[in-house]
Amino acid sequence: MLTARGLRHAYDTRTVLDGIDLALAPGEVLGLGGPSGSGKSTLGQLLAGRMTPQAGRVRLDGAALPAPAPGRPAPVQYAPQTAELAVDPRWSVARILSNGGPPDGAALSALGIQPGWHDRRPSELSGGELARVSLARLIHPGLRALICDEITAQLDALEQAALLDRLTGLARRRGIGLLLISHSAGLRARYCTRSLTLVARGG
Amino acid sequence: MTAIELLSRGPGRARTSRHPAWRGAVAGGLVLLIMAGAALLPPAWLDLDIHAVGVPPGPWHPAGTDSLGRDVAARTLAALSVSVTVGLTAAIASTAIALALGLAASMGRGADHVVGVLTELVLGLPHFVLLIMVAFATGGGTTGVIVAVALTHWPRLARLLRHEAQGVAASDYVAVSRALGRSRLWVARHHLAPHLLPQVVAGFVLIFPHAILHEAGLSFIGLGIEPHLPSVGVMLAQSLREIIAGHWWVALAPGLGLVIVALAFERFGEALRQAAAAPGGTG
Repeated sequence: MLTARGLRHAYDTRTVLDGIDLALAPGEVLGLGGPSGSGKSTLGQLLAGRMTPQAGRVRLDGAALPAPAPGRPAPVQYAPQTAELAVDPRWSVARILSNGGPPDGAALSALGIQPGWHDRRPSELSGGELARVSLARLIHPGLRALICDEITAQLDALEQAALLDRLTGLARRRGIGLLLISHSAGLRARYCTRSLTLVARGG
Repeated sequence: MTAIELLSRGPGRARTSRHPAWRGAVAGGLVLLIMAGAALLPPAWLDLDIHAVGVPPGPWHPAGTDSLGRDVAARTLAALSVSVTVGLTAAIASTAIALALGLAASMGRGADHVVGVLTELVLGLPHFVLLIMVAFATGGGTTGVIVAVALTHWPRLARLLRHEAQGVAASDYVAVSRALGRSRLWVARHHLAPHLLPQVVAGFVLIFPHAILHEAGLSFIGLGIEPHLPSVGVMLAQSLREIIAGHWWVALAPGLGLVIVALAFERFGEALRQAAAAPGGTG
């Protein structure tokens, strides 16, 4: 269970998040919406431990998030919006997939990753294929929750459906909590058991 | 159907430049030829010969002789090998400075500020004036030239490396690698180094022709390599008097040799710089 209590974050003097509470159960698919600038990505990065909140705290099963160490990837991973920027353009797909440890065969087949891609560079995959590769490398044995920040924003409707069907199925089977950050209320209604909406703060 | 087929079968973006390996072979071969030639040169060929003073190019002296009866072709070969050695040393030192400062800049904001100011300061001063000042301060000579060239040629490359290093350090893929448990050192080794290496090599190859041209320039005005050693700059400076006497060939061989070596490296560096862009043309 990933929980957040009383999270607050400000960029310089502009407060984007204040008093945010959230709970994400294992295997749950939770939606997070809200207008641009309402702090969705900031909240996602706080939950994954990429940033430290200025107030409040993020807990995993009641304990602080462990810092990642060699051989111990972070239990909460953050999947950034643009897969093209989230992979090293000079690496092969095989290398990208084994970045966090030996790739998880079940996760690879669940996300539809073909062995034929392994020798290719990121620029030699389609947007949808690269989005799946970018997600698959984050799925490691110790993964408890995955924060997906608009991961399908650049994909067409078919790619979007294919990716999210596979991902939500995998998360439910493995008991991985999934936070889907998306502008689209329709997408959240279709895939998420419940949904939270952030409101834009003035100033 | 045909249009799509044609598009999908297209050869992609045509490469306008020659392959860097080919140009590298030309530049490297030239340096090897010069160094080997100078090493194998019988010392007697560099001696004075009072019986052959101011001889125009001919079968015995392919590039003629100067007013002291020295063979210009042999002297040019020896001079080019000195120039290449000095240029290589200075370019290596300059590239090392650029790499160290570029990496230092990505450590933190304070370091970045210091490096930025230093880079702009050196870039802002006229190149040759700074060269002359440093060469003069270090007392001239071969060491002076190397120090002067090394201290004045790093800013452009340092700027480029600083920008690249900061881009990689702030990238999403480094953040992902860190979250997957990779250490800072691992990130530097596997993300940063592969991005910087092509730029460092291209930068070094592009600094080299500048280094030998400026070495010649400093020697020409008398601040460079000692006059008794054969060097392109000294040869060109001495040839001024000879040209007035009608001995144009005394300037031709060293001038041409310098231009050919510099051009070969310039073209090699340019091809490398273009190839340094990430595969697929992104990044």
